[in-house]
Amino acid sequence: MPKFPSEEWIKEFCKLVNENKAYEEAAKDWEGDFLFIVTPDEGLDREYVFYVDLWHGKCREVRMLKSRDEKRTEFIYEGPYSNWKKLIKGEIDPIKGLLTRKFKLKGSMMKIMRATKAAKELVATASKVPTEFI
Amino acid sequence: MWFFTSPRTIVFGEGALEYLKELEGKKVFIVTDKNLRKLGIVDKVVEQLKETGMEIRIFDKVEPEPSKQTIERGAKILSEFGADWIIGLGGGSCMDAAKAMWVLYERPDLTIEDITPFEKLNLRKKARLINIPTTSGTGADVTWAVVITDAERKVKLELASKEVVADISILDPALVLDLPPKLTADTGMDALVQAIEAYTVQWKNDFSDALALRAIQLIFKYLPRAYKNGKNDPEAREKMHNAATMSGLAFSNSQIGIVHALGHSLGAVFKIPHGRSVAVFLPYVMEYNLSEAVSLYAEIAEAIGITDGSNEEKARRLIEAVRKLMREIEEPLSIKEMGIPREDFEVKLNELIEKANESTGTIVNPRVPTEEDYRKLFLYAYEGKSVDF
Repeated sequence: MPKFPSEEWIKEFCKLVNENKAYEEAAKDWEGDFLFIVTPDEGLDREYVFYVDLWHGKCREVRMLKSRDEKRTEFIYEGPYSNWKKLIKGEIDPIKGLLTRKFKLKGSMMKIMRATKAAKELVATASKVPTEFI
Repeated sequence: MWFFTSPRTIVFGEGALEYLKELEGKKVFIVTDKNLRKLGIVDKVVEQLKETGMEIRIFDKVEPEPSKQTIERGAKILSEFGADWIIGLGGGSCMDAAKAMWVLYERPDLTIEDITPFEKLNLRKKARLINIPTTSGTGADVTWAVVITDAERKVKLELASKEVVADISILDPALVLDLPPKLTADTGMDALVQAIEAYTVQWKNDFSDALALRAIQLIFKYLPRAYKNGKNDPEAREKMHNAATMSGLAFSNSQIGIVHALGHSLGAVFKIPHGRSVAVFLPYVMEYNLSEAVSLYAEIAEAIGITDGSNEEKARRLIEAVRKLMREIEEPLSIKEMGIPREDFEVKLNELIEKANESTGTIVNPRVPTEEDYRKLFLYAYEGKSVDF
């Protein structure tokens, strides 16, 4: 079972995104890459950074980076480990998470707000990754 | 964690406008439209404000479904004037315009598109906002939503920030006594849609539920009276005015659903007034949502006195009650009845679906539609056919 956060986890996530037909439909026009940043708390000792390239309803590339400065992306979605856990378990709605400042998003808000359905499908996919937390 | 946001003060009832006399400041900027000026409603507000000794400037160029350009023009005049109070006086268009101008006045470094829940606006450094609705429907006097039309993209920008919620909302029923019947019907249905969606979306909560249910009760009871009796029924006018603001507080603190997604799309593409464009979808969406929200519709049904039968029977009778209400106030029950030719509708169908799909209402609706569901909902609502999928 992949551990979160890890390279293995993000690759499994990408695989499941590519099998998610609802995501494919909701994000068919989406072009934009992300950094998913997990900041340390609740036993996580350092920051983890994932590069996630989403393109026309597919996950085109994912990898774990050494630091947030390694790659410039259109969007950054960032939050503490404890909130990522809740998100993956489906206990936090991704948009509500932003509204209540449990997560921070950098990038065009207008573009994201037109893709809320796709965002929700991404989180639904994350919940399907069999995950072991640290 | 969630939150309930509302104006600090809601002044309501007969004579509420007199509250304006208590304001302290130097300059007040009124955002309104030409029609309200012509009707003498702006004069009623100015008359109260004169007693404060403040310098008054009026911007009366807000059009229905206000454009980005109008907002930017108004904000420029507001900046030159330098107000410490801003008053949004009118329907949703004027109040939303006032909110957006206020942001650009306080934060000239931002654009309209920056009005999002994720941007810290840091307002109230230069001015505070009062909203005075002159229709009973939008709830824009208390919401954190701002709907502005991007004329180039033919799309409604659904902007929002908790910080744009007005400091004060003034609900004076005298301002809505003379509303024409058609406007009474359109705006009243807008309030009903908001309240029903607030009660059924995934982000509903105890606070929004309480306000939504009471608003629904008031609307079913008083909207037909307000429509038929007009100024001869001040009680109905006052109750509808209160119901609209309660409905605004309800949906603003939960969310809108796909009635709004469909209605915003139809309104933007065919230039139909907001209230009418959302109202037409309400019964169809309720039928569509039945599989996921039957118990919630049953609760609403009970609140308006439909107490017999199973939850499904109560929910279906509620949908019939909505259709009956719409017939009573002569609202169109299908898109076809709005006079949109079938061929024009079909040409625009893909655009309509795309716009609806982009709405934030899509993801919090009790049943999340696919594109194909949206296509069918548009087509069924065009023909006036009950939803069976």
